[in-house]
Amino acid sequence: MAKDVIYEIGLEELPARFIDDAEKQLAEKTEVWLKELRISYDSIISFSTPRRLAVLIKEVSEEQTTIEEEAKGPAEKIAKDADGNWTKAAIGFTKGQGKTVDDIFTKEIKGTTYIFVKKRIEGKSSIDLLPDFKVIIESIQFGKNMRWATQTLRYARPIRWLTALYGEEVIPFEVAGVKTGNVTYGHRFLGKKIILKNPGEYQSSLFENYVVADSKEREGLILEGIKQLEEKEGYQIPIDQELLNEVRNLVEFPTVFAGSFEERFLQLPSEVLITSMKEHQRYFPVRAIDGELLPYFVGVRNGNSYALDTVIKGNEKVLHARLSDAQFFYEEDQKQPINHYIKKLERVVFQEKLGTISEKVKRVVNITEQLTKELNMDTEDAAHAVRSAEVCKFDLMTNMVNEFTELQGIIGEKYALRYGEDQTVAKAIREHYLPKQANGNLPQSVAGSIVSIADKLDTIVGCISVGLTPTGSQDPYGLRRQATGILRILKDRQWNISIEKLLDITESLYVTLDIEQGNREQVTKELQEFFKLRAAYLLKEMTIEQDVIQAVLSKEIGLIGYSQAKAGCLSEKRNDDKFKFVQEALVRILNLANKTNQTKIDPSYFETASEKALYEKFQTVSMKYKEAVQSKDAPQALAILSELAESIHEFFEKNMVMAENEELRNNRLSLVNNIAQLIMDYADLTDIEWKQTF
Amino acid sequence: MNIQEMILALQKHWSEQNCIIMQAYDVEKGAGTMSPMTLLRSLGPEPWNVAYVEPSRRPDDGRYGENPNRLYQHHQFQVIMKPSPDNIQELYLESLKKLGIDPLKHDIRFVEDNWENPTLGAAGLGWEVWLDGMEITQFTYFQQIGGLEASPVAVELTYGIERLASYIQDKDNVFDLEWTDEVTVHDIFFQPELEHSTYTFEESNTDMLFQLFTMYEQEAKSAMEKGLVFPAYDYVLKCSHTFNLLDAKGVISVTERTGYISRMRNLARSIAKAYVDGREKLGFPMLKEEK
Repeated sequence: MAKDVIYEIGLEELPARFIDDAEKQLAEKTEVWLKELRISYDSIISFSTPRRLAVLIKEVSEEQTTIEEEAKGPAEKIAKDADGNWTKAAIGFTKGQGKTVDDIFTKEIKGTTYIFVKKRIEGKSSIDLLPDFKVIIESIQFGKNMRWATQTLRYARPIRWLTALYGEEVIPFEVAGVKTGNVTYGHRFLGKKIILKNPGEYQSSLFENYVVADSKEREGLILEGIKQLEEKEGYQIPIDQELLNEVRNLVEFPTVFAGSFEERFLQLPSEVLITSMKEHQRYFPVRAIDGELLPYFVGVRNGNSYALDTVIKGNEKVLHARLSDAQFFYEEDQKQPINHYIKKLERVVFQEKLGTISEKVKRVVNITEQLTKELNMDTEDAAHAVRSAEVCKFDLMTNMVNEFTELQGIIGEKYALRYGEDQTVAKAIREHYLPKQANGNLPQSVAGSIVSIADKLDTIVGCISVGLTPTGSQDPYGLRRQATGILRILKDRQWNISIEKLLDITESLYVTLDIEQGNREQVTKELQEFFKLRAAYLLKEMTIEQDVIQAVLSKEIGLIGYSQAKAGCLSEKRNDDKFKFVQEALVRILNLANKTNQTKIDPSYFETASEKALYEKFQTVSMKYKEAVQSKDAPQALAILSELAESIHEFFEKNMVMAENEELRNNRLSLVNNIAQLIMDYADLTDIEWKQTF
Repeated sequence: MNIQEMILALQKHWSEQNCIIMQAYDVEKGAGTMSPMTLLRSLGPEPWNVAYVEPSRRPDDGRYGENPNRLYQHHQFQVIMKPSPDNIQELYLESLKKLGIDPLKHDIRFVEDNWENPTLGAAGLGWEVWLDGMEITQFTYFQQIGGLEASPVAVELTYGIERLASYIQDKDNVFDLEWTDEVTVHDIFFQPELEHSTYTFEESNTDMLFQLFTMYEQEAKSAMEKGLVFPAYDYVLKCSHTFNLLDAKGVISVTERTGYISRMRNLARSIAKAYVDGREKLGFPMLKEEK
């Protein structure tokens, strides 16, 4: 008769962030394991709390499923002698399978006949196999493992008990010195030791002992508690799912409560209040219906509502101390002018070899100034950008950012407004840290975008100049993310400045710096390669094929937006039958180019009409092509180049490029080289694996 | 419960769990972990159970006695048990009851917190224990000390005495805490707080401190060369405190900071190794007593 099985791993409090994944692993691994063991069951239900991971397996069969297998023996010609009698080989095989020669049948596999016997694998008793669950327990992966006492097992936290029942019977095994039994434990303070009579009682016995074993059920209870508070008090409590997931995994029996803090703290920047509540204390901030923060917070207790007032009072006291500290910092910070903090940056090292943050800021200002000129920005915008660069790092020296490091930039914006800085400047201080992740939000303001680019450029050029190029998974300064950020901003803004120009501007600053740097030429090359890889990554994200990416970036990155548009065109033409005629012509030119470095064309050497025609076509196409590039019209530029195709085909058909006469030959090669140069400006089409049907 | 009664209660409780009740170590240090009673004795296979109050000096936290929560010197109650007992959480929760904290009336939680001290090449995993949202204890299973793997694993409990007292006595300002029924923290520590802050931030002789650091470092090395582990370690502690004074005064740049820390870490590593080797040569005597 089928019986239920429960396995529970009792642990010291697991880190909340590991729990959901561990529960999922446990359920999945159990399923695979039972399948491999050929043990049938009705369903698997998993549970988790900070102190336990468990699976309840319903209706586990008493035995493994019995199966019939065909066991393959030797080939028939070996199994039978010339007289048609079974050989020793055949007899040996059947014996080995516990059968006799009477059981033999034959089957043909790939032209050869083999002998077989049918074999029945009897299912073993489940109870004998269930102790193997030890392996499943030991195989769960956590983000970080530890050792304890004298045990060698590495696990997220120490294992304190193991519950393993098959029906009423204990499944005997041992992990890290802990033996299985029929005992589990309720809530640390409210619950008792529980003797589990059978697996089916698992969830209800725990509930009686103040443990809600199903994490989704705990989440539901928390949401319900929050909703009641909202209705009763007229609050609005926005649910941050990440916080909710963490909170439900910090408790076994949730009780939602609301506390308050002094109204005067509301004058603190809301980010400070929210960080204190959410990040430090795991509270939900409370808002009025109109969205304004209210001087309340919502927490979740691990327990029931007994003496809840004491718990609320304690939590209020902690938040009060934190906010008092913040208030103190806020007031202290305001006592000094912005220049006080800017001056302080002179004492803080940005990077050992790259000097102080103050020196970095000076470079960022310089780059910003040059960018505003390159981009022909109007005087006011330019002035705002430069001012933003000057003050972009001041908040790092405030008490508030020292205490709440995650608020860098945000505090800068708030304080800058109080110091009477222009709104644009204040916003740029916050935005120059954007994007924070590869796909994060971009700065919205022009000043924020420019300073963001300047700051990141300086970090990248600086680090690579002193040999801190990222390798493999090592990128401690986040240079890759920053380079991607620069490219994304440029693309988004459609600014008419190439990566090469930006690098040039920044590197020219470094040339005059009194710091130990690598060979300049080498560094320049490394920087270009570094950015090319980032540009390639960005294009790849847009599902552009690798060969097209390489073709477009072969000369330079140029204007990232334009390069992307070119890549888009080529990606399309790559599979377009109609483009075959053009592509063959242009590629043929590229293949022949660079045989010599001849570039001088003398029309007087032209002999045939077809080469004259190509030359003339080339001249008109050149002009039109330049216009298309000027207006960053990638499809148009390609269309113009395509106009050459017919003349090129004609040219190759009717002329021997490698003519005997040297002057004639060189002139033709020069024509080819000139056209090739024009094509290469668009992309190196020889890199592309053309997919048109031939 | 005044602070003195709290300390006595904790000492009694941990003494009943077979901990040696040790006295504070008499060299300035930033945390109870740095006492050789923890740092060195947690190494190697010998069992070690100890509890003590440790005054911890953190020059950078000095606030001239003006801040209600921060102190130049605060007190930690430190417990080390090696190997970590299976019921250590229960033992710890029992100790809270002895301090009059009824767990049914409060919300006590173990919130993940992994601890690391780069200066000592030490790292551990564990929790901060929250009492109604306030961190009252650091609970750590040592995994590495002085760059060596901790095996068997020692568990460290560090109670923040003033924190706990502010809760138990329901005081918002640390200086209002009662050390005994007649004497407050203000009475005992306000003047030293003020003077140490003034000294640290304004009056300390920077040149001399830099010289001292180098001299202490040199002396630690010389002692090590002669195989004198404990004296060498004392000088590392002196280095650490001198460094903290300089750092608080803001005369150590971020660059130099890394350099100083790695100098101390290298010393700590060689001392840790020498300590274990030395105990091994002696045949791990405390291990034998156990048997």
